[in-house]
Amino acid sequence: MSIAVELHDVTKTYPAPNAVTALERATLALRTGETVAITGPSGSGKSTMLNLLGTLERPTSGEVRLAGVRASSLSDGELSGLRAWHIGFVFQQFFLLDHLSVLDNVAHGLLYRGLGARDRRSAAAAALTRVGLAQRLTHRPQELSGGERQRVAIARALVGHPTLLLADEPTGNLDSTTGADIVALLAGLGDDRTTIVVITHDAGVAAAMDRHIHLRDGRIVGDDLKAA
Amino acid sequence: MTRNPTTPAGRRSRVRLADALGVGAAGLRARRMRSTLSAFGIAISISALVAVLGIADSSKADLLAQLGAEGNLLTVAAGQTFDGSPTPLPATAESMIRQIPPVLMATAVGTVPGATVRRSAAVPALDTGGISVLAAEPSLPSGLGITMLHGHFLDAIGDRYPETVLGFAAARNLGIDVLTPSTQVYLDGMYVAVVGIMAPAAVAPELDTAALVSFPVADTLLHLDGRATRIYVRVDPDNVAAVAAVLPFTASPAQPEAVEVRRPSDILVARIAAKTAFVGLFLALGAIGLLVGGVGIANIMVISVLERRGEIGLRRALGARARHIAVQFFIESALLSTAGGLLGVGLGVLATAIVARVTGTPATMPVEVPVGGFAAAMAVGALAGLYPAIRAARLAPADALRTP
Ligand SMILES: Nc1ncnc2c1ncn2[C@@H]1O[C@H](COP(=O)(O)OP(=O)(O)O)[C@@H](O)[C@H]1O
Ligand SMILES: [Mg+2]
Repeated sequence: MSIAVELHDVTKTYPAPNAVTALERATLALRTGETVAITGPSGSGKSTMLNLLGTLERPTSGEVRLAGVRASSLSDGELSGLRAWHIGFVFQQFFLLDHLSVLDNVAHGLLYRGLGARDRRSAAAAALTRVGLAQRLTHRPQELSGGERQRVAIARALVGHPTLLLADEPTGNLDSTTGADIVALLAGLGDDRTTIVVITHDAGVAAAMDRHIHLRDGRIVGDDLKAA
Repeated sequence: MTRNPTTPAGRRSRVRLADALGVGAAGLRARRMRSTLSAFGIAISISALVAVLGIADSSKADLLAQLGAEGNLLTVAAGQTFDGSPTPLPATAESMIRQIPPVLMATAVGTVPGATVRRSAAVPALDTGGISVLAAEPSLPSGLGITMLHGHFLDAIGDRYPETVLGFAAARNLGIDVLTPSTQVYLDGMYVAVVGIMAPAAVAPELDTAALVSFPVADTLLHLDGRATRIYVRVDPDNVAAVAAVLPFTASPAQPEAVEVRRPSDILVARIAAKTAFVGLFLALGAIGLLVGGVGIANIMVISVLERRGEIGLRRALGARARHIAVQFFIESALLSTAGGLLGVGLGVLATAIVARVTGTPATMPVEVPVGGFAAAMAVGALAGLYPAIRAARLAPADALRTP
């Protein structure tokens, strides 16, 4: 199996005044198609790790490689292209645009590929069907429940069929039942071409994934691979 | 959709222009109230600029048209006596002037010394309202191009019966705005019928404040003795200067140095200059207004960038380049000023048309004014959007996403 993304001896230190080493000498290789849970106490560096994997952040030292290509060798434009074509994000706060319909929010996931509006919308409708929201296309995000909103955000992340899907506490703003539904949805999305990384506080979520990485104080203190 | 995992950077991040404009417009629609208000800030100053230039141009065009028509008009007068009333010209003056070949027309008026005009005998004699009594010839309106607002000018009947025509300002001062067969004024001790009111005469303001009677009436009832105090002369436009040079001697061979020859169109030139001076002041005020409008847009856009950190972070996560973020905010600012500019130009043209209609001058609008006004709005919007756009683009994606 090929390596989708890897961290090689990565350290991330935020600059002064409150200089914090959020991640220290992390080395990690995620295989294509793998589903991964990242757990750890608040402030342990989970989001920092996810942002490094998603090229939203550059490491202070060490190397991030995507499909073997060193991220440090890429320009802002090239990294943006990478995110537009290969990486999907899901956030705890959903980050939906209130002034757009559900359909257009999802279609936004393809905006920076330079795709025409009609193609974006038809792909968005298909993605919304996949997450069970085919009946909600014209609604505004404010008209949806929290769980439905997160489904919209997931549809937006996967509308372009990314090779890497990164979710930062996707159930953090949801009650436990709704959260369980979202987790089931994320776990069910997996195919052998998509690597899924989910940050979670929920042991159940972690158990549903192929692999479980545990962080504490910016260090990887556990990396369990389940027998498939 | 095909993927190319071996060369992850092989595909570029890009946005279609139509989508960039659509995203900008949607961003403004999402904040409708503040977008409208800041576009209005631009619209108000642009409309003021356009209206000031349009109105000034309309009235200037009107004056220039008059200037062209009145450039061949000369007046001949004989100066003033010690008490300020005009001295009469020699009795032969008018007929002598008519002998000069390039003279097309000559028409005389004579000031009746000491005559007053009042609404009725009940008004105190000292209350003259600044109205003078002039004897005039029937050729006066056609010679000077003066139109009648009401009634008609002095005609053959007016030579025998005491009747009067009022200048525009004189009628207003006397409180007469409509004419009935019984409208009268108290003119030098007798009631005289008012048969007409003249429109303002730009080249002969002295007629505006006058009550005109015929020379025969002035002679028999007011003892003028037929003496003219001022003669209006229309000259072949190519020989104005030459005629002006010989007029003093022609009018008064005995005392040519006492004769004043004037070209009333000079008044119009001065008025055009006065109007242009005003325009400069208003333009400066309009420009300051535009600057304030631009600062308003910049302010709104900076606030917008602060409020929308999450959206900026999301867009970076979706694959927007820093440059795309800058362009998005720049487009929002440009759309605001475009809307403001269009609205402002529209309002300014409308105001110009209304003012021209109310004042009765023809509306003119040089094409440079709306085009320039719109361009100014665009320039202000672009400048105002620059700093917020750069600021938005500089935001680090992860930091932007960390804000709740
Ligand atoms: N932009 C930043 N500047 C300074 N410190 C930061 C910044 N982002 C995160 N940190 C710090 O880095 C540490 C790890 O943060 P984070 O990765 O968000 O943890 P987690 O997601 O596990 O809660 C925390 O101590 C946090 O305060
Ligand atoms: Mg976190």
